[in-house]
Formats: sequence, C-alpha cells, structure tokens
Amino acid sequence: MAECHPVGFQWVMEAKARGATIIHVDPRFTRTSAMADIHAPIRAGSDIVFLGGIVRYILENDKAFKEYIIPYTNAANIINKEFKDTEELAGFFSGWDPVKGEYDGASWGYEGVEETIPAGGHQEAVPGGSTPHVPGKAVTSARRDETLQHPRCVYQIMRRHFARYTPAMVADVCGVPEELFLRIAEALCKNSGRDRTGAFCYAVGWTHHTVAVQYIRTAAIIQLLLGNMGRPGGGIMALRGHASIQGSTDIPTLFNLLPGYIPMRHPKYNGVDDYLKSNTASAGIWSAFPAYFISLMKAWFGDAATKENGWRFNWLPAITGDHSHMATVADMVDGKVKGYLVMGENPVVGSMNGTLQRKGMAKLDWMVVRDFALTETADFWRTAPEVVSGEVPSGQIGTEVFFFPAAAHTEKEGTFTNTQRLLQWHHKAVEPPGAARSELEFTWKLGKRLKALYAASRDSKDDALRALTWEYPESSPGEPDAAAVLREINGQGLLDGRYINAYTELKDDGTTACGCWIYAGCTAGGVNQTARRKPAREQSYVAPEWGWAWPNNRRMLYNRASADPAGNPWSERKRYVWWDAALGKWTGVDVPDFIADRAPTYRPVPGATGLDAISGTDPFIMQTDGKGWLFAPSGIVDGPLPAHYEPQESVVENALYPQQCNPMRMEWHRRDNPYHLAYRDPRYPFLITTYRLTEHHTAGGMSRWLSWLGELMPEMFCEISPELAAERGLEHTGWATVSTARGEVQCRVVVTQRMRPLRIRGKMVHQIGMPYHWSWIGRVRGDAANDLIGFVADPNVHIQESKVLTGNIVPGRRATARRATLGGSPGNAIELPEPGPLRNLPGMVPFKRQPLQNDPEKE
Amino acid sequence: MPQGFFTDTTLCIGCKACEVACKQWNQLPDDGFDFTGFSYDNTAQLGASTWRHVAFVERPVPLGGTQLGNFSWLMMSDVCKHCARAGCLEACPTGAIVRTEFGTVYIQPEICNGCGYCISACPFGVVDRREDDGRAWKCTLCYDRLKADMTPACAKACPTASIQYGDLVQLRVKAKERVVELQSRGLAEAYLYGVDAENQPGTGGLNAFFLLVDKPEAYNLPPDPVVPTKLMKRSWLTMAGAALGLGVLAVSAVVAP
Repeated sequence: MAECHPVGFQWVMEAKARGATIIHVDPRFTRTSAMADIHAPIRAGSDIVFLGGIVRYILENDKAFKEYIIPYTNAANIINKEFKDTEELAGFFSGWDPVKGEYDGASWGYEGVEETIPAGGHQEAVPGGSTPHVPGKAVTSARRDETLQHPRCVYQIMRRHFARYTPAMVADVCGVPEELFLRIAEALCKNSGRDRTGAFCYAVGWTHHTVAVQYIRTAAIIQLLLGNMGRPGGGIMALRGHASIQGSTDIPTLFNLLPGYIPMRHPKYNGVDDYLKSNTASAGIWSAFPAYFISLMKAWFGDAATKENGWRFNWLPAITGDHSHMATVADMVDGKVKGYLVMGENPVVGSMNGTLQRKGMAKLDWMVVRDFALTETADFWRTAPEVVSGEVPSGQIGTEVFFFPAAAHTEKEGTFTNTQRLLQWHHKAVEPPGAARSELEFTWKLGKRLKALYAASRDSKDDALRALTWEYPESSPGEPDAAAVLREINGQGLLDGRYINAYTELKDDGTTACGCWIYAGCTAGGVNQTARRKPAREQSYVAPEWGWAWPNNRRMLYNRASADPAGNPWSERKRYVWWDAALGKWTGVDVPDFIADRAPTYRPVPGATGLDAISGTDPFIMQTDGKGWLFAPSGIVDGPLPAHYEPQESVVENALYPQQCNPMRMEWHRRDNPYHLAYRDPRYPFLITTYRLTEHHTAGGMSRWLSWLGELMPEMFCEISPELAAERGLEHTGWATVSTARGEVQCRVVVTQRMRPLRIRGKMVHQIGMPYHWSWIGRVRGDAANDLIGFVADPNVHIQESKVLTGNIVPGRRATARRATLGGSPGNAIELPEPGPLRNLPGMVPFKRQPLQNDPEKE
Repeated sequence: MPQGFFTDTTLCIGCKACEVACKQWNQLPDDGFDFTGFSYDNTAQLGASTWRHVAFVERPVPLGGTQLGNFSWLMMSDVCKHCARAGCLEACPTGAIVRTEFGTVYIQPEICNGCGYCISACPFGVVDRREDDGRAWKCTLCYDRLKADMTPACAKACPTASIQYGDLVQLRVKAKERVVELQSRGLAEAYLYGVDAENQPGTGGLNAFFLLVDKPEAYNLPPDPVVPTKLMKRSWLTMAGAALGLGVLAVSAVVAP
C-alpha cells in the first residue's frame, strides 16, 4: 500500500500513530513492510490457505463475534441436503458438470427456499445462469438454527470445510511459520468485538489470480466473523489500480454490465418483460430494478423509449459470449475483430503476453489510440522489437493507426470516483496543449458525427443511434460541459424537471430519467454535490460535505451493522449509526444505510416481498435476504466457499485437494500461449511475481516519458534473494535473463534480503520479483515483464493471473528475444516427465475455456 | 523568527514525492538515468539539481518496537541543513550566500560567481556546482514560497508528515516529544540529529534537523560535523604560532653563531 498508494497510506500511518498494529502479508519486504509491525513473507498464490487458516482459528477458538454473526450473517442458515463440500468430493463442490465444465449451484441454496437466492439481487452471476431462475421468493421461509449447532448450518459447514487449514498447513503451504501465523491471527481476533475493529486493505495483486474473487471472499468471511463490516474502522478496502477505476465499474467499461451494475442484454432474455422479471429481486434494494433500468433507458433515448415499445430494450446490443479483454485479444489474433479504441491504456505493455497483444493488433483494420505520448501501443507497427528485428516486417501490418493526443486530468474537468465510492470533482487548471483534447470531447464529437452519418438512414438497426439523446451545452468553445453530463447521470423528473435527490425517487413508469441509479443525488437540488470542499475542521470526522459518495452520500455501506440488534451502538467508542426510538428513525454521524424508519423490532410476515422482507436486524440490504454471506448460495461461479487451488503454474502439488487448479479457471490453449507443467516443471523451477513501484504508473504511459520520475527508477530490474543469487551465479547490478515458455526478458539484478526463500512442503522455493513498468519507448526503457505471462484467468471477473507464475533465471543478457507468438520455442534440452502432473482430476475435465475454432495454430 | 524542517525518518515511506515536488517547483533538471543498485535509490546523493534526496538503508538489524525480525529498511529524506553556523555562507567571498529573514541559508544565483569555496566549506557535501552554468546550487528552503506564506514544496507534498516545516522553536519541542514517544513504544534507538547547538556544536545546530534510528553514518551523514570556519581561529593561531616559531628559529639561526 505504501508502494502503490503512498497518499492513501497516510491514513495507515495516522492509525499507527494512534496505536494500530500494522500487519503486512506479502511475498516481498516492501516499503509497506518497512512501516509495519509484523511482516509475513508468503508464497505467491497461497493466500486462501493463509486466510482460511485465520477462519479456522476464529471458528475453532470460538473467537467469532456471535452477537453480530447470528442476526446479521447467514451463519445460522441451513443449507440444502444435496450440498456436498470439497472435503467430500476431492476438491469439488456439488453441482459440477464435467461436460459443461461449470457448476450448477442449485444444491447450494438455503433449506426452505425453493429457488436460488440471487446475489446482489440479479442473476447475472448465478452459476448455471443460462437456465432461467426465478429470483428467490419467500426468503422469509429460510430455515435457521440460531444455536449454530445444526450440522448443515453454515457455521458448521464452514468448520468442516476449513478443518484442515491448520497452522501447520499454513506453514507448509504458505511458508509462514506457525508462530508468526498465530501471532497475526491472535492480533486480528484481539482487535475485534464491541469495542474494536480491524480493516483489511488489498491492492489489485489480490485480483490477479485464477482464484482471485475467492481471495477477497475469504477476507470477507473473516471480517464478517469478527464483526468488522459496516462498522467504523472495519471493512475491506480495495485499493484500485488507477484514479477512478471505481468510476469505470460504476459507469462501466465492462462488457457485461450497464451503468449501476445493471446486467447487459443477453439473447437468453425473451424481451424486456423477461429481462425485468429475471433481474428483479424479490426482496432488498434490487427489488426496484425496473425503476433503475427504465430510468436509464429514458436518459439514453428520451421520448423514444415508452412502455409500449418495451422502453427500447431491443435497441441495446445483446452480448453473445465472453467479450472481456483477453478473449477479445485472442479474437483479434484470429481475425475476428476489425477495430480497436484504446483510450489512456497501453495494453502492449500492461496486458499479458504483450507479443500476442501485438499479433492481434497487427490483424486489425484500424486502431485509435488516445494518450499523452506516442506509446508502444500506438507505435507498435513501426518500432516493436519484432518489427525492428525484421521478424514481422512493418509493411505486412495492414492496421491503420490513428493517434490522438489526450488532455491530462489537470487540463479538463470531471469527477474521480475513489475506492470508497466518493465522487470528487476536479476543475480544469490549464488548457491542454496543442491539439490535445479530453475524452469527453472526443466521444461527444464522434457521437455527433455518427448521428449525422446515419441521420437519413431508414435502417432499423440505426434507430438507436438516431434516437440517442446527445445534446450537451459547451463549457468552452467545442468542449462539452462535464457538469451537464453529471446532471444527466444524476437524473431528472420528466414531469416537473426537478433533479433526482435519491435513487428511491426513481419510477418504473417512465416519468424519471437517470443515467446511473446509484449516482442519483450527486447533483441533488441542481447543485454539483461532488464539488463540495468543506474542510475537515468545519464538520464531523465523517466529512459528509466533502464530495459526494454513492449511494445517497453514505460514507459507509451497511452501517446499520454499527449498532447492535436492538439498535444501540455496540460501544461508545464505535458509535456510528443507531436507532432513535423517540423519533422512530435511524440516525448517526453518517447517512444510515437502512430503511430510515424500520424499527429494530420489525420482523417480516412470512411471504413478504420487496423491502418489506428486510427485518429490523438485516443490515445487508443489497442482498435479497439482508444478511452478510459467509456462505454464498449464488453469485460466485467457482464455489460457495473459498477453497485453495494452486496457480496455473506452481512449484508444488496441491496439499489440500487432489484437484490441483481451480476447475473453473479460464484457459486459452493455443500455440502462441503455451503453459508450463502444472508444478515442478524442470525447465521453470522458480516462482515469479510481478508488481508496481511507487515511482512509475502501471504500463508507464504517465511516467516513463517524465524525466523526474524516470530518473528515480531508470531501468528494468528483478529482485532476488542472496540465496538464489548464489545458486544461479547472479551478481548485484549485473544482468539476468528471465524466461518462460511465452518469452524472455532481460533485466538488471537487485540482490536483496527483502526477498526470502521459503520452505514449502519440504522444499526451498525461490521467488523472483519483477516490476512491469518498462518497454521499448520513453525516456527510460527496458523489457516488459508482462511478455512472460500467459493468458489464464479467474472465471468470475475474467482477470488474468499475473501475480504468480513459474519461470527460470540465468545470468547475462539475452542475444535476441525469443517469443512464443513468433514460433520461438524454449527447446527441449530438459526431458519432461511423461505423463506430466495433472491440473485436473481425471474425468473432471473443465472446459470453461477459450479454445479457438478454426485456428490453424490450435494444438 | 527562524523557520526550518524537522524530518522524522520513522515516518518516511520512501515515496520520493519530496524529490519530485522539489524538482517541479524549482524546475530542476534530471540527474541522469543511472541504475545505482543502492536499494531503491537511483539519484544517489544531494547535488546541484537534486535538493531533496531519499536514502534507502537495508540492514540486517531489527527495528525496536516492531516484530519484523532481523531486518529493517530505513528511509530518510535528506536536504540542506541550513546550519545555524553555515560554512558555505561564511566561506562565500562575494556575499552571494545570505541568511534570510526566515533564518534559512540562501544562495543568490544572480550574485554567485561560481568560485566554489562554499562547496568545500560544507561539512555535509550539500552544495554543488552545476556543470552547465558553473554556479553553486542547493535547497533554498523554497525562499520564494516562504515569502508568499506558502509551505515548502517538499513538506507540502509529503503524504505522511515525515517532513514537517515550521517555526524552529516549536519544531524542536515537537521533535523531542516524538523521541520520548517512540522510545516509550520500544524504539529505544530514536534520537535527534542536529536539533540544536548543544546537540551539534560543530554547526551550531541545524535548521533542518532529523530524527534518526541508526548512527549518522548509516544514512551517509557525518557523525560530528564541524563547519570549517569554526576552526579558523585555531588555524590562524596555529599558523601564527608556527610563523612565530619559524621567526624565532630564523633569528636564533642568525644570532646564535
């Protein structure tokens, strides 16, 4: 966190000054470790064992905050008889379909509720989502055992599931000594309860694994068990990778979502009624789904969207498959993609298997890049290493590349949404230089030109474009007013023209328009609430008048949990939101994240629906049942509980289950994306982990062109332990070549005690640390670490596994770079075991994969 | 009222925001793109165009009050010390180096003739001559910002308050309290470097002083810096004594036979 989020880290330092214990778990000793009280070096890719060990410690030592978990979580819920755990099925949960290679989560449900309880209200992520489920009705009939003794209650299922995640297992698999692990587990438990809370912070390293979502799930389980959710000083902080990445998921750049986490149209929906019915939850906040969706359609299509024409649902493009980043790049390579818009991104350096990325781009008809400098992505056709070396002659690349200079954030106005859902307005400080312009201007003018182009079209496929509302005032000549766009996002009543003040005002009859329901209220009263800058000293510590947080300016989600079931603060020290019996409503230092006048004593009548189904002690109102989910009956495609699977490329066999890797992981089996053996590959004996440094920004587009930053970290390097240096004859500041089956990179060597070999399952394991900022252009240059990494991904969010892989390291520079995409093979000097170790159990072959049809290079 | 810096190295996270903010405000050029291998430090030292410099010290030694084992990584943002008795100022023959109304030591670039006397007169090796224009340069303690009642760029940019700017008298009180606090938390090694004349007689105390947790040499600081001009009286007396002695010898050589 100190490495990648130094400004955010000031709050950790402030907590430390107030006596907080800082625990850092990371393969490397980083700038964060230097500030911590405890540092645990861990083997990259083993986090579920570590976190699962803490879960077991909490359960077996009776450290859970029982008064919290019994009413507020699903610990007491009884799960269907048909449910089978990984303990019973060799590493699989019940519902595995070996033909489809995916789970049907029907057996994971609550006893007493016939249908699947949808996560977050809609069924986008329900396992086996292709079969239509009616979102769980009658959640009120779920059976619970509040003594937590029923063998099929979640609490007991978890005890059995995590029984083998012992301190000894943690030591063996993660390399964290038992004594150190126990010290951490004790520190966490001691710091929870009525009077104390603890927080987890993670950066995107956690999301870059084939089991990424389950890492975060395990942390969520710990935080729920310890009563650290919805309470001040608690929670899980996702430290996002860039400014406003939160904003780009809220108003998404994701292929399967519309603004406000509304699912995209899909061919499985038989018209708008089916879509609305399928996504409207029976209870909780998502029960008003039609109001959110219809208001979005009214914002986009205005008068053209009416009840009679189905709100123009059929104008939305329907997704037909996986259109995530790596899937799209693979499609490019196979000639299925014609054009590519790249805005403020440098995928040639920042994405996995950079040469495969370039191979795909070389097959496009056109590509548009908008950035501050002529990045490697913009210039690949002219200066990529394989072009310079003549392996891929520039003349054979037919892609027409358009480069547009982009305005920096100081040269345009708009909002950033940070990880706490806080929208902060930034003003334009200076005019952008030369022809540089904002993305807003580019997109607006592109839209205007497209509309003009199709204005006379009578083709029905162009109707959506012609009807799209696209009128914005200009804040300066030629520049659309960003504040007007924000007001459109906020929404308006169409009958009276008043600005929407809260999402609860949205209607499902077409009388409100709102560009993103969760942002409703950000310009309440016509005032740009995100531009508020009231200093901390003039308001409470929660600072509700600094910027604006979604939803409804709530600074902490689920904050009803900061009060006990009766509605009183758990303790004076942790007072935040509480029930005011005299006034008959919730109050506190923050906007209560609960139904304002719902008394703690309220209990729904059996069969209640909508918000009526939320009891006075159900703080997690986004969930259909209002409970924190220790066990996820739906919403996660690779299992209701986290289970440890080894990374795609590992150094050891899975110690916990016969199944080696996440059976649901996404693979791309093709010659230009080769994988190593599942473990103990004699060619690639070491673990590699990649990361960022404080001095540079991701793929370098914002830092490598700047001399003040470039001089601070001028060259590509790797970090290794003195032990590995001795073993491989590597010298400090000398050169090394690191290789995988995908390719090889050269870098300078930093030998440091900050890297430590770990004893894993009786074997000494070395980890190589590699920052990934450099490439072949810019003020400071070097090889790109991501060229080493293959395409393999998590099944829930389709994010690559870039934080752990195997590789080799030898002293000296490379002669020329070998690239698997160009047919470069590492050779077979070392004989491989036959048959190799298995990633999957025989007969349980997973096929949630991306094999490419008609691919001449397909293996 | 003298102003200064208190740099608390226990709060430094090594982000180098101070280095960059300093370069940006003062529009200083880069120092070259050299990979040094000195831990995460690639600018290596203070110089004509690096007026804040973050040192990184990796040591196989535990840090008091933590459970980090037998290893610690110290970071320290170094800067011109603005000595109470400044060797550079006293050595400057042109009057280019002055003590400002803020008690800081400032080189007036329009007067500096590049003689370089100040460079050898600095016991910390802070002052440096720029190759391209020949003049001597160092931290101005953002004299221009102070005149406009603004915080120096480095202190403003520091996210963790490792660099604190303010009234020197108050900073000293704060720093001494901080040492007591850290020691009570088990960091017995914490001490102040150059906090006042008593602490560092050779410089008369530093207007930019530090809280350290290892001996000064670990951070590339002199353990007992002495401003050369402080030795001037003794030098002159020695020289006078020697001259006198020589004179006596010469006279006696003539007289004796």
